[in-house]
Amino acid sequence: MSNSLVKVRNLHIEGRADETWLPIVNGVDLDLERGKVLGLIGESGAGKSTIGLAAMGFTRDGCRISGGTVEFDGIDLTKASTAVKRSLLGKRIAYVAQSAAASFNPAHKLMDQHTEAPVYHGVSSRKDSEADGIELYRKLRLPNPEQIGFRYPHQVSGGQLQRAMTAMAMSCRPDLIIFDEPTTALDVTTQIEVLASIRDIVEQFGTAAIYITHDLAVVAQMADDIKVLLKGDEVEQADTRTMLSNPQQEYTKSLWAVRSFQRPQKPTAPTSETPLVTVRDVTAAYGNDLVPVLFGVDFNIHKGRTVAVVGESGSGKSTVARCITGLLPPKKGAIEFNGVALPASYKKRSKNQLRQVQMIYQMADTALNPRVRIKDIIGRPVEFYSGLTGSARDERVAALLEQIELEPSLYMERRPTELSGGQKQRIGIARALAAEPEFIICDEVTSALDQLVAEGILRLLAKLQDELDLAYMFITHDLATVRAIADEVVVMKEGKVVEAGPKDVVFSPPHHPYTDLLLSSVPEMDPDWLTRLLEERGLENLGDAAIARINS
Amino acid sequence: MNSVLGIILKRLALGLLTLLIVSLVIFCAVELLPGDFAEAILGQGATPEAVAAIREQLGLDKPLVYRYLSWLGSAATGDFGISFAQLNFLEFGGQGAGNVITVADQIRPRFFNTLFLAAVAAAIAVPLSLAIGILAALFRNSIFDRVANVATLTSISSPEFFVAYILILFLAVLNPILPSLSNIYADMTFIQRLTSTLLPALVLTLVVTAHMMRMTRAAIINLLASPYIEMARLKGLSQTRVIVVHALPNALAPIINVIALNLAYLVTGVVVVEVVFVYPGVGQLFVDSVKIRDIPLVQACCLIFAAAYILLNLLADVMSILSNPRLRHPK
Repeated sequence: MSNSLVKVRNLHIEGRADETWLPIVNGVDLDLERGKVLGLIGESGAGKSTIGLAAMGFTRDGCRISGGTVEFDGIDLTKASTAVKRSLLGKRIAYVAQSAAASFNPAHKLMDQHTEAPVYHGVSSRKDSEADGIELYRKLRLPNPEQIGFRYPHQVSGGQLQRAMTAMAMSCRPDLIIFDEPTTALDVTTQIEVLASIRDIVEQFGTAAIYITHDLAVVAQMADDIKVLLKGDEVEQADTRTMLSNPQQEYTKSLWAVRSFQRPQKPTAPTSETPLVTVRDVTAAYGNDLVPVLFGVDFNIHKGRTVAVVGESGSGKSTVARCITGLLPPKKGAIEFNGVALPASYKKRSKNQLRQVQMIYQMADTALNPRVRIKDIIGRPVEFYSGLTGSARDERVAALLEQIELEPSLYMERRPTELSGGQKQRIGIARALAAEPEFIICDEVTSALDQLVAEGILRLLAKLQDELDLAYMFITHDLATVRAIADEVVVMKEGKVVEAGPKDVVFSPPHHPYTDLLLSSVPEMDPDWLTRLLEERGLENLGDAAIARINS
Repeated sequence: MNSVLGIILKRLALGLLTLLIVSLVIFCAVELLPGDFAEAILGQGATPEAVAAIREQLGLDKPLVYRYLSWLGSAATGDFGISFAQLNFLEFGGQGAGNVITVADQIRPRFFNTLFLAAVAAAIAVPLSLAIGILAALFRNSIFDRVANVATLTSISSPEFFVAYILILFLAVLNPILPSLSNIYADMTFIQRLTSTLLPALVLTLVVTAHMMRMTRAAIINLLASPYIEMARLKGLSQTRVIVVHALPNALAPIINVIALNLAYLVTGVVVVEVVFVYPGVGQLFVDSVKIRDIPLVQACCLIFAAAYILLNLLADVMSILSNPRLRHPK
């Protein structure tokens, strides 16, 4: 028996757009031996997921394999009949999707979905498969393994769902599992738990895997070999250690270098100086909820400084932003601007007060009206706040476009759909600048972007801060971003500030235990990082368990 | 489960409120009808005195608000009053007031007939349109899909009476399989009753199938791009299983709503079909009573139609809420 499991040769895939077929993948080769893990890495549009799915003989609607072969254990999936492919899928090749919350059917219990493939393919009986499921849940360290399978997906947390999905992929003991960004949607403290579980179970059963991700540090923990992709072409492939220590291609080197962007921390503002923005003892709740989402949140933002608000999903970061902008009037406490309290609701604020606080959003896609031209998107706040009209308005818009490094003559007349993700985010910045504010809230502005693009945005924000003496409140869950640009850090957890202070102080020991957990959970480029961490912390002190320990 | 119960109770209260508003609308609309019963019944001999006498006897001279409230009050207890036409008839026949036929008595058998017709039509149409809808989603853009679409659209676009006469031509005249007139009388066996109801039920089926089938198809196809459907495909499941087990349970809410809307139509919108087949249902009674300005009967029919509509939509709301596992099984 040959040791080769997957052999992809000269794979071409095309996607249908505007009545023509455009190439997505241009002749990629891929080899995978039994029991090995191959990491596929690249930015969005590199064709990672498309290749991953093609390794299963599957293409999404509107895509087709236009050339090459995909051999799985000697069977050419590009020529195999639907019946042959169906007999392999689920049984010998399994898939773990990016968002388990979206990929579990909301209408069925976890266990019904877990046992579906084994029963359907005749691998085992429902009863055996159920027992096996409970065993897998236990191996993956899911809480309450006997019961959790009998819940519906919405009753289980994201990190647990992702592990349940890994268990589901294992249900037929496949030869190959495709992991398609399985931890991208998770918080860092949860991610580590899922990574450990996946690695553990893949090793235990000797399953081969293709691990798709855009996160280098993650792939370094998981893969034996790494293949770097760019726009449907292979850039290079090597074993993990070689690839990390000695990348050959310029593109790979640039990917590796992104994390080196670092802005010098500004000195702490003197305590005598009135802060630009003060969040004073704010308690807030949504609607008529009796349980608040913020409890006495209290911090300052000084002129020209960047304050990063860090925390996991549900920690109340974005709610603080909503309180500052007046979208959510706090139940208690106040927002002060230059020492003067702002009216709680934006409806009661004057035009000048509104002008001072601007916002840039995470999803530039949804934050910009797709039907409106760029010059009107930026022109509207120019007109509203500065009262400029006609050619004066256009001149101001052109100046703003130059500030965000987009050529005015090229972009004035375009609509958001004609821009890339990074360009859209720049337009979002220009729209905030149009009001000539002193303070901008950046809500996860780089988390939807590729690393290289995100770095560009961070550099732009830094440049603008120097030119205009802006203060930023930078909401993020990504600690690498915080390291890069923050002057001060506010760590939030479950609606409370657990630690706050200058970056160098917060980021050096001794930490608050939660800050410590957050910091130590961020994957590092060292391939031994996860192993070492697990040894240090112990298997029982990850994710939910670790947080529970801090709370107790 | 408490939240579900709360939602259902809230909907129920809203339904009652709607019914109250509808009753007001009905009452005012009937008031606006030109002419009145007294003039209609007296015809040429409508002297002002005679008209006034009859109006007084029927209580038509009382103020509007008083009449509305007293009608509403008795309707709430199930008493819809006595049909004007019946009153007159009894007086002319010289019979005592002992065996007065109330509106409720008149409507009851008719309403049962209408429900029977609707039930037969629904029993054919709902499974049929669900099946065609699922198959059309399964073989989307195939010949089957297109034929099903064109055929159901054709049948919904043709006027009901036209469809009815075509069916009579083929199933009663050229091939005498079914009776062209629906004679319904009290002591029919179930089979006899079914046979004479089948032809109008088929017409109704043709009218309502398109809507339900197209919604089933669209609701399922809408979900086919969702990640959990892709997951189901990547488990190597057959296309049928993917659609029936994975897509359909999540597509139920819109489908249930359209089904309810069409069932309501089967109860309230069948006037034309009843007339064509001389089917003794509420629709025909309604048309007859409007003709002679028999106000209590008109009002009662309207109120029953409205109640059926509201009730079925309420049922649809409740069922689509229950089809959502997030509400059935809260965290």
